[in-house]
Amino acid sequence: MKISVQKEDFDLNKEIDLLRKDEKVGAVASFIGQVREVAMTLEHYPGMTEKAVAKIVEEAKGRWNVIDCTVIHRYGELQPTDRIVLVAVASAHRGDAFAACEFIMDYLKTQAPFWKKEHREGGARWVEAKATDDKAAERWK
Amino acid sequence: MKVKLRFFASLKEQLGREAEEIDVPAGVATVAALRTHLVKRGGEWQVAFAEKRLVRAAVNQEMAPAAAAIKAGDEVAFFPPVTGG
Repeated sequence: MKISVQKEDFDLNKEIDLLRKDEKVGAVASFIGQVREVAMTLEHYPGMTEKAVAKIVEEAKGRWNVIDCTVIHRYGELQPTDRIVLVAVASAHRGDAFAACEFIMDYLKTQAPFWKKEHREGGARWVEAKATDDKAAERWK
Repeated sequence: MKVKLRFFASLKEQLGREAEEIDVPAGVATVAALRTHLVKRGGEWQVAFAEKRLVRAAVNQEMAPAAAAIKAGDEVAFFPPVTGG
């Protein structure tokens, strides 16, 4: 399992190749989130962030066949089309890989301490949490 | 008892600080009670921690509900609902 909260960008191919090494792996599902339209600064809670993500990954492992998994989330200043987050899950079969990947992403949205501040013309403003994100996480209960 | 407070994102900006160590009265034993205690500082504190404002908390770097207990030496963080991903 790899969890990284970092400023730097990541290489999808490299990350996926690391997950494919095990012969038991038959499927890798991955998700990339990127900055849409407006430049932003991402703040997080060093120390807690890594723990919160690890807890989410542990929960996913308890629910599905997860052979290996990588979560990378960037922080700092990001421009439109910059990658923000990678969730990649390696499983024996696709069903588990898809489900665990989506679960981790939904929980990360509501449980991991990250905050986005958008830099629009006329000023910066903190992004407000969406009720739809809470609903997305709720459906896994 | 002494607890370490931390603030993030809009709360940090509004309160003009990211961390602070405070001595709270013995009766302040939960996250909710600490929040009420901070409201009493008035000014921006009253606005930031008003009941209608959505404020999340973490105790020792774990998400904590309003009823969560706090004890001496804890790190208690307050922040708006998270918006990562």
